[in-house]
Amino acid sequence: MAGKTLYDKVFDAHVVRREADGTCLLYIDRHLVHEVTSPQAFEGLKIAQRQPWRTSSMLAVPDHNIPTKDLDKGITDPVSRLQVETLDKNCRDFGVTEFNLGDPRQGIVHVMGPEQGATLPGMTVVCGDSHTSTHGAFGALAHGIGTSEVEHVMATQCLIQKKMKNMRVNVAGKVGKGVTAKDIVLAIIGKIGTAGGTGYAIEFAGEAIRDLSMEGRMTVCNMAIEGGARAGMIAVDDTTIAYVKGRPYAPKGEDWDKAVTAWQDLHSDADAVFDLEITLDAASIQPQVTWGTSPEMVVAVSGMTPDPEQESDSTKANSIRAALKYMGLAANQPINTIAVDKVFIGSCTNSRIEDLRAAAAVAKGRKVASNIKLAMVVPGSGLVKAQAEREGLDKIFREAGFEWREPGCSMCLAMNADRLEPGERCASTSNRNFEGRQGQGGRTHLVSPEMAAAAAVTGHFVDVRTL
Amino acid sequence: MEKFTVHTGKVIPLDRANVDTDAIIPKQYLKSILRTGFGPNLFDDWRYLDAGEPGMDHSKRRINPDFVLNFPQYQGGSVLIARENFGCGSSREHAVWALDDYGIRVVIAPSFADIFFNNSFKSGLLPIVLPTEVVDQLFKETAAQNGYPLAIDLAAQTVSTPSGRAFSFEVDEFRKYCLLNGLDDIGLTLQHANDIKAYEAKRRLAAPWLFN
Repeated sequence: MAGKTLYDKVFDAHVVRREADGTCLLYIDRHLVHEVTSPQAFEGLKIAQRQPWRTSSMLAVPDHNIPTKDLDKGITDPVSRLQVETLDKNCRDFGVTEFNLGDPRQGIVHVMGPEQGATLPGMTVVCGDSHTSTHGAFGALAHGIGTSEVEHVMATQCLIQKKMKNMRVNVAGKVGKGVTAKDIVLAIIGKIGTAGGTGYAIEFAGEAIRDLSMEGRMTVCNMAIEGGARAGMIAVDDTTIAYVKGRPYAPKGEDWDKAVTAWQDLHSDADAVFDLEITLDAASIQPQVTWGTSPEMVVAVSGMTPDPEQESDSTKANSIRAALKYMGLAANQPINTIAVDKVFIGSCTNSRIEDLRAAAAVAKGRKVASNIKLAMVVPGSGLVKAQAEREGLDKIFREAGFEWREPGCSMCLAMNADRLEPGERCASTSNRNFEGRQGQGGRTHLVSPEMAAAAAVTGHFVDVRTL
Repeated sequence: MEKFTVHTGKVIPLDRANVDTDAIIPKQYLKSILRTGFGPNLFDDWRYLDAGEPGMDHSKRRINPDFVLNFPQYQGGSVLIARENFGCGSSREHAVWALDDYGIRVVIAPSFADIFFNNSFKSGLLPIVLPTEVVDQLFKETAAQNGYPLAIDLAAQTVSTPSGRAFSFEVDEFRKYCLLNGLDDIGLTLQHANDIKAYEAKRRLAAPWLFN
């Protein structure tokens, strides 16, 4: 019998019941909660007079609606305020731990979980947010769920699941200097397509993945969903264990030793069989820039926009035409000629300390270009912000002309006041370049933190390695 | 949850691939703490020419006459057909609630994103996967006949055209059972509460750190 994949191991360890048709009840270890996708679930519990099965599995934080400046004024938008207050009230009513606005641990849910050690290797982790795939960086099985499932997990501690298929993406060899985790994952999505991972759990493997820090691995797993896969995973190694050690929710003492022993098995067996294997040559990956309205519409910064006339598939050609039109770009336009209006460094993809250090290294001693209307840096959590300030990164950004903001989801999805105006073009370290994602009519180009900083100081896309 | 057994409805052809959940229901409407009322904002950015905000009077907004949902012949439609990877992006179940609130009962596409597909069943919306060439045919027939309807029979797992052709589709047994009977799956899962407790007790001994 063939060995097991990492996904098989974590899935199988959490099966409570398996029906004849393969439908399983899967036990959930950690349930992260935020204000946008939980109110209807809490309301459902109240209406049915149900209690959460295990509140100690839950950890809540408001992030999507949080303003990133003038926090002393509170949340001025009454609709946003009501949603955050509803989370506060639900957490009080049901006894759920919440890091409220003003708590230094408050931040983007996918930054906060790992930072607190609330995400551990081998766990099943869910949250009503598709970027829950982030936590797979720890060898956890983590994916987004809808609000009905949020309620289901609250009430039963389980999800009704069928097993996904196994895909492994090998990024072989080493990436060149100036090529980041973001470039790796954008290149992967460019190769497999935005639906390439549908129905699969993706394991990211290979030397270039092993070489990444935990921050980099989270960036890669975060965007598994942009390749269609609900879950992305990376095997546990010393890097994982070193990151987890000593965090508030991590095991201590004897439990720590037992846990570390158990985690040694969190990798795919040598003889494991994958339904699909893809290999990318790390050395050939260049800094990436998306040009269109789907994350698969991506090219190297040295490249150009595609020509729909060269596309034989009519649905694809129409998509290219529609995307170029929306983005205000011509066919065959070199990427490095595209000027930007705004720069956003932040989001659950790229707002961790390593991301801010990398962007600051580019910004240091330079100035934001005169055509840039706004360049903003939004740390992923209060703790990331404090760490960055201890390192003086805030000063570097401010001196260069960036705005240094308070933590939250911010302009990744523009549920707060941070947004693009119609027609504005943004170099963004976030994860989605969908139409209207950062504001109605806004045009988003996804890049790494280094590439976003480079666009800020030059006013257009440029290969950060040439600065 | 509302039962789904059979449904016959007029088709709305949305000729786009990779329709994402941000397009289905834009972010500003996710601030609602309710499950209902999202229908007027379904496809908001495509459907209206002005920028929408929660609480606006939608009857006073500028309609985009070039968007298919606004075409007179598709008013009252309840079966949406689209191209591949429908519902990609965010996990927001609000996308399903918006389709449902607008009156869509069935979405037919060559493929769906996983989370959207899963969410649909939880709110009584039936997502049906049909082969690309069949969907292509449905687009052609919809364009050719005003008020083109499709009849969907969940128990029989068929989509029937006015000419009497029937296309069969796959559906997971458990999901089909829940949808046909309008069952709340929390209640079903709680029938296995003892299994969950037994699993939990065993797990607590083996990996106590997971319960901190």
